[in-house]
Amino acid sequence: MSDNKFKISMNENFTLFIILILLVITFSIMLPGQFFSLGNFQSMTFQLPELGILTLAMMITMITGGINLSIIASANLSGIIMALIMKNLLPATPTNFETFWIILLAIAAGLVISALIGLVNGFIISFFDVSAILATLGTSTLLEGIALVITKGYVISGFPRGLLAIGNESIIGIPIPLIIFIGVAILVAVILNRSKMGLSTYMMGSNIKATKFSGINVEKATIKVYILSGLLSGVASIIMLSRFNSAKAGYGSSYLLATVLISVLGGTNPNGGFGKVSGVVLGIVLLQVISSGLNLLGMSQFLSMALWGILLLAVEGLRLIKRNKFTF
Amino acid sequence: MKRQTGITDIFKNNEFVLIVAILIIGTIFTILKPNFFSINNLYGILVSNSYLAIMAMGVLVVLISGGIDISFTATATVAQYVMATIIINNGGNMFLAFLIAGLVGLALGSINAILVYTLKVPSIIVTISTLNAFYGLLIFITGGKWLYGFPMWFMDKNLVSFQRADGSLFGLSMPITLLVAAVIVTWIILRFTTLGRKVYALGGNPEAARRIGINIFKTQLFVYGFMGLMAGLASVIQANIMLTVAPNALIGRELEVLAAVVLGGASLAGGTGTVPGTLLGFFLIAIVQNGLTMLGISAYWHKIFIGMVIIVSVSITAYQRKRNEEKGAVIDVR
Repeated sequence: MSDNKFKISMNENFTLFIILILLVITFSIMLPGQFFSLGNFQSMTFQLPELGILTLAMMITMITGGINLSIIASANLSGIIMALIMKNLLPATPTNFETFWIILLAIAAGLVISALIGLVNGFIISFFDVSAILATLGTSTLLEGIALVITKGYVISGFPRGLLAIGNESIIGIPIPLIIFIGVAILVAVILNRSKMGLSTYMMGSNIKATKFSGINVEKATIKVYILSGLLSGVASIIMLSRFNSAKAGYGSSYLLATVLISVLGGTNPNGGFGKVSGVVLGIVLLQVISSGLNLLGMSQFLSMALWGILLLAVEGLRLIKRNKFTF
Repeated sequence: MKRQTGITDIFKNNEFVLIVAILIIGTIFTILKPNFFSINNLYGILVSNSYLAIMAMGVLVVLISGGIDISFTATATVAQYVMATIIINNGGNMFLAFLIAGLVGLALGSINAILVYTLKVPSIIVTISTLNAFYGLLIFITGGKWLYGFPMWFMDKNLVSFQRADGSLFGLSMPITLLVAAVIVTWIILRFTTLGRKVYALGGNPEAARRIGINIFKTQLFVYGFMGLMAGLASVIQANIMLTVAPNALIGRELEVLAAVVLGGASLAGGTGTVPGTLLGFFLIAIVQNGLTMLGISAYWHKIFIGMVIIVSVSITAYQRKRNEEKGAVIDVR
């Protein structure tokens, strides 16, 4: 039985993989020398990590059967806090030493804020039994409000070069954001597959009552998941801050629904219990290929937005056909 | 049986709490700004929120059925573009405008229903996908151009006009009339028809609903079709108030409407929710925004207040339900 399930999930990733290969071949033929080029791959690997990390933040909450609609607002708020710390603490002509420590302090503060936001989300969801959609919708509105009041809607920009390096430089040809994304993805995969926390995360999504009765502290486990989700959005906000060289309330608002879409495309079950990092990575690469390909073809980004939606529906249709084949 | 009364109690409480909250907040605003409690201001609140409230009626029906619809702002925007393009190029009348937008909304809503029913995927996922598909294709095809230059008759905001004793005009405005009509129709369907009962049954327990012979597909077709229809009609009102059609006027406000409906007592789990509750929830958020604006508090604070209102109210409701469930242990056999 479990063997069979494993096969199905392999097959699901396999479907995505085939679609990915077909798309890459199509774009390579339509855009000879442009799509399959180092430049394009580099620009893709600079764009994909922030959305990828945000998607991981979304996915882990979906595995528990929840959702986190506050990841973008949380990322923006911690970005703004980091920006303000750097703006206010850096002297006019800082030494390298000062710059380094202030950047580190700012990043630490941003991550602490993100973790706190996660804690609040987890607390509301687990102790009051509020549905995750509503709780995080509420905190998202609140956080966006706080960000707007702090910045008065203005953009904060102009950061030290040390910070900008995080989002824009490469180490031996590999963009730093990609390195961060790979590191984060491995970390999340290890947590999900090799730790007690991962086990309770999957269990909560499959059957919350059974989990409770098996002696797991469901409240604590839920809070942990949302803290991790908050932290991940904090990491994404560091990359966003450095890539945009600015912070503002309302950045990346189109990412929110996209992260849900990619999670599900990658095989995460919106009802909880299932979801793998490898699926998410495949999903994000797939969508990035569509965006970059259409972009090179001179098509509007809105066409790729539409295709993302249509692709998810098509993949769900394929999964339905497959499920029926397996059960009958 | 006991559990049943427990739920209806909270439910009554919820509407009662909303009325009390509206009265308290209204009184505070009136003391601080006597203008707040004036016909003009209250009327203004109603008009400027009318189209969102009409959409809220559709969202309410979807939530009662146990589903959720995120795509309705995209549906409304598509309906608006189709309607405006035809009206601006070929002329017509108000009835035609509503007819076109309503039909487009109905069609897109039906697509949602078919996908939700056949794919057996949670409606939130389906409607996020269709939001992307509808809106993405619309902007791809139209290039996201703003539309204006509506014919003269479209600019009239009143259905019927009357003259006051001092000679000034006042009238039965279109936004208010349509809002009232949408509210009454939704209320009647939910309260007095078998169709309405089926929607509640579907949301309360889909498996039980199927076993007693309710046609799930037809019910969902109604639910999402109705949502689309409301979105389409509301989009005409929005165009009528603004006199332009912009690609970003409605999109992004879906969660705002959802929050108001939930504040009004509809549960995301399905099976509960009423028209009066929804209106009260909507009105509460609307007067908070309006009052804060009148007090000269920067609009940036609005989100903080609304966020707090949502968090506190859903937490209280959920906590009450949790305590009630703990009192009488319920064994749920599935």
